[in-house]
Amino acid sequence: MSTTDATPVLELRSVSTHYGPIQVLRDVDVAIYPGEIVCLLGGNASGKTTTLKTILGYVKPSSGSVHLEGQRISGLPTTEVVERGISMVPENRRLFKRMTVRENLEIGAYLRSDRDAVEDDYERVFELFPRVKERLHQRAGTLSGGEQQMVAVGRALMARPSVLLMDEPSMGLAPVLVQQNFDIIQQINQAGTTVFVVEQNANMALSIADRGYVLQTGRIVLSDHSDALLSNPEMQRAYLGQID
Amino acid sequence: MSLTAAETTELLPAREVQLDRAVRVGLIGGLTAMFIVTSGMLETFDLRMIVDPILSLGYVTLMAAPFAVGYVAGKAPPVLEGYAAPSVGARNVQAGAIAGALTGAIYALYALIIHVLDFSSVFIKLTEQTKKIVTLDMGAGGVLILALVMAVSGAVGGAVHLLERRWKRAVLYSAFWVVMFGLLEVLVSQIAFVRRISAVKELLYGTDAGLTLIGAVIIGGLVFAAYYYLDGRVRAATRRAMALEGQQRRRFILISLGVAIVFLAVLPQILGPFLSEVLDLAGVFLLMALGLNIVVGFAGLLDLGYVAFFAVGAYTTAILTSPVSPKWSPELSFWTAIPFIILAAAAAGVMVGTPVLRLRGDYLAIVTLGFGEIARILFLSDALKPYFGGAQGMLLIPDIDIGPFTIDDSISFFYPIYAFVILFAYLSYALQDSRVGRAWMAMREDESVAEAMGVNIVAAKLWAFVIGAIFAAIGGALFAHKIGSVFPESFAILVSITVLVLIIVGGMGSVPGVTVGALALVALPELLREFAEFKFLFYGTLLIFMMLNRPEGFIPSRRRARELHLDEVEQDAWLAQAAEQDPAPAE
Ligand SMILES: Nc1ncnc2c1ncn2[C@@H]1O[C@H](COP(=O)(O)OP(=O)(O)OP(=O)(O)O)[C@@H](O)[C@H]1O
Ligand SMILES: [Mg+2]
Repeated sequence: MSTTDATPVLELRSVSTHYGPIQVLRDVDVAIYPGEIVCLLGGNASGKTTTLKTILGYVKPSSGSVHLEGQRISGLPTTEVVERGISMVPENRRLFKRMTVRENLEIGAYLRSDRDAVEDDYERVFELFPRVKERLHQRAGTLSGGEQQMVAVGRALMARPSVLLMDEPSMGLAPVLVQQNFDIIQQINQAGTTVFVVEQNANMALSIADRGYVLQTGRIVLSDHSDALLSNPEMQRAYLGQID
Repeated sequence: MSLTAAETTELLPAREVQLDRAVRVGLIGGLTAMFIVTSGMLETFDLRMIVDPILSLGYVTLMAAPFAVGYVAGKAPPVLEGYAAPSVGARNVQAGAIAGALTGAIYALYALIIHVLDFSSVFIKLTEQTKKIVTLDMGAGGVLILALVMAVSGAVGGAVHLLERRWKRAVLYSAFWVVMFGLLEVLVSQIAFVRRISAVKELLYGTDAGLTLIGAVIIGGLVFAAYYYLDGRVRAATRRAMALEGQQRRRFILISLGVAIVFLAVLPQILGPFLSEVLDLAGVFLLMALGLNIVVGFAGLLDLGYVAFFAVGAYTTAILTSPVSPKWSPELSFWTAIPFIILAAAAAGVMVGTPVLRLRGDYLAIVTLGFGEIARILFLSDALKPYFGGAQGMLLIPDIDIGPFTIDDSISFFYPIYAFVILFAYLSYALQDSRVGRAWMAMREDESVAEAMGVNIVAAKLWAFVIGAIFAAIGGALFAHKIGSVFPESFAILVSITVLVLIIVGGMGSVPGVTVGALALVALPELLREFAEFKFLFYGTLLIFMMLNRPEGFIPSRRRARELHLDEVEQDAWLAQAAEQDPAPAE
C-alpha cells in the first residue's frame, strides 16, 4: 500500500526529545504515508509514548522536526496540531471518567465547527461501536475496560483526523477484545484514516500493520515491512519470543 | 459463578437499628450540648423568644441536640438487596431515647459540675446567667428536668421514623418553620403589607419578638397543612411543566418570566427599606458568587483571592465617578464607567491568571490567596495613597441615574443589582452550554487529556479568570455606589472565604444553588445581627455538615452530584472489568 514516491502524511525528521537533561528520543526518523497502518514497537520506557507526545506538540523536540503533509508542525501548540488533523487515543484510554459517554465524544469534536459533519461522525462511531450508542448517557468511568476502549477510539475519531495515533490499544484487554480492537483499527483505516499505532504486542500489531518501526532506548533500531519484521530473526528473539 | 442472594428466595435477616450506634451518637449529642453551654450560645440565644413566653431560642438549640441524635439513632440502615426490610416500631423510639438520654445524662453531669465549681476564669462564657439557664434557675432539680426532657426529645426524634413519609415531612417542616418565624419576626413585621394590617402582627407576635402561642399554632398548622397537601403535587406539576413542548412550552416560559419580573419589580416595595437593604447586600454577594462559580465551579480553578476583583471594580468606579478622587476625577456616570470597569477587571483577571497558569489545586489556592491580600494592601498603602486614598478610602461616590430616576436608597438599588444578577445568571447558563463551557468541563476533569483533545488550556483558564473578574468587579462597583465610598478594609480575605462558602453550600456549578446559598448565608445573618458573633461558627458547622452529608450542595448541578458519588459506581466498573478479564469465562 505504501507508495514511496508520495509525500509522507506524517514525518519525523531526526527528532530528539529531552525531559529536562535526560534524552529520551535520539534522532528518530519515521515516515508514514497516506492510507497506511504503521506500528511502533518497543519495550517499556523505550520512548513510544514520548514519540506520540512529540508529534502532538505536547512536548517539544530539542532538535529535528515533525511534519504533517509536508508542513512543519513541531513547535505549534497542541490545539493547532489537533486542528490540522491529528488525534490520539491515549495510553490507558484516559476518558473523562466523570463525564458521560456523549460528553466525551463531544470533547473529541471540540475544535470542529462543521455541525452537520459532526452529526455524521456520531453515526459513524455508533456504526463502528453499537455498544457506545447504548451507553451514551452513562458515566465513562463506569464503563468496562472494553467499552472504555471503544469510547476512547470514538472520541479520537470525532475529531475526524487524517492521522490517528493510538498508544497501546491492547493494553489491559482480554485476548478476544484485542483481536476485535485490531479489526476495528483495520476498518477505520479502510475508511481512509492513516493509523500510527504504538504497541508492545508486536505479533498482533504486525498482523494488521503495513510497516513497523522498532524503538530501543529512544533509537529506531529496525524498520521494515511487517512480513519482513515478522520473519526477522533478531525480532523473533527480542519481541516475538512466543513464536519459536 | 456463585448464586447471589437475590436469586435465592430466602432473604437474609433485616439490618435493624443498632443500639450501640445510639450510644455513639448520644455521646456526640452530649458533647454538643456542653459546647452550646460553654460557648455562650445558650445565654445569648436565651434572650430571644421563639414562642413567647415558654420557649427561647436558647432552649430550642439545646433541645435540638438530643432531637437530632435521636433522629439519627432511630433511623434504620438502608435496605440492601437480599435483606429483609427492618420492622418499624418500638426499636426506633428506643434507640432515639437511648441517644437522647445519654445526651441528657452528659448534659446533667456537666451542668452540675459547672454549677458547683467555678470555671468562669477559663471559660468566660460560663457566667452566672448561663448557670441560671442551665438549671432552669431551680438548682439540681431543674437540671434533672432538662435531662429528662432531653431523653424525651431523643425518643421523639426516633419516633419520627414511625410516621409515613408525608406525615414525617409535614411534622418536621412545621417545627422548622415555627422556629424560623419565631426567629425572623423582623422579616414579617417589616413587610409593608403586614405593617399596615397591624392586627396580623399583633396576632402572630404580640408586642415583642417571638411568636405568641396562638401565632405558633397558626404557623405550625398552616405549614403542616401546606406540606401535607402539596406533598408530591409540586413535583408532579414541575414534571408536567418540564414535559410541555413547542407552543405550550414557549407560552409557559413567557408567563413564568412575566410573573417573575412583576414579582421582582414589586418585591422591594413590599419589603420596605430594611429588608431591601438586606437583599441588596445578598445581591452583591450573589454577583460575586456567580463569578466565582465560573472560576471554581465550572473551570475548577480554586481562587481564594477573589475579593481582589471585587475591589478592582469598586476602586475603578470610585476613581472614575467620585468628584474627590485624589489623582484624577473625570466624574463619569456609573453607566459610562462600566466599560472601563470591565476593562480593568479583565486586565486584573489576566494579571492574576497568567502567572498561575501552570499551577493546580492547592498551589493555585495558596498563590491566589496571596494575590487577594496583595490587592488589599496595595489599596491601603501610603505609596499609592495619591491614587487610592490609602486608609481614608475614597468618598462621595455618586448615586446611579437611570433616565429620570435616581438610584439612591436601598429600595431603588435593588433594581440595578438584581438586573445584573439576572444578566449574570443568564450568562452563566449560556457559558455552561457553550464551547468554552465544554472546555472548562474537560479541563476540570483532566487537564492534560483535554489539551491532547485540542482544548486550548491557556485560553480556557484566562477566560475563566477574566469572566469571573468582570462579574465580581460589577458587584464591587454597585457596592461602592450603594454605600457611596470605598475603604480597603471592605476587601478582607473573609469576603473571599464567605463567597466560597456560599457556592460550596449552595451547590458548586449550579446557578440556582449559588443563588440560594447567597440568599441564605448572607441575608439570614443580616437578619440575625444580634447573633453575629456566632456567624462563622455557623458557617463552619454548616460547611462540615455539608461536606460529610451532601458535598454536592443544597441544589447541586446534576454533573457535580454525579461526580461526587462516583466511587460507588467505580466499584461497579472495577467489577465489570474484572469480570471481563476473568480467565474462566462463563460458557
Ligand atoms: N514527563 C517526564 N519527565 C521525565 N521523564 C519522563 C517523562 N515522561 C517520560 N519520561 C521518561 O522517558 C522514558 C520514556 O517514556 P515513555 O513514556 O515514552 O515510554 P514508553 O515507551 O511509552 O513505555 P511504556 O511501554 O511503558 O508505556 C522513560 O524512562 C520515562 O521515565
Ligand atoms: Mg507508553
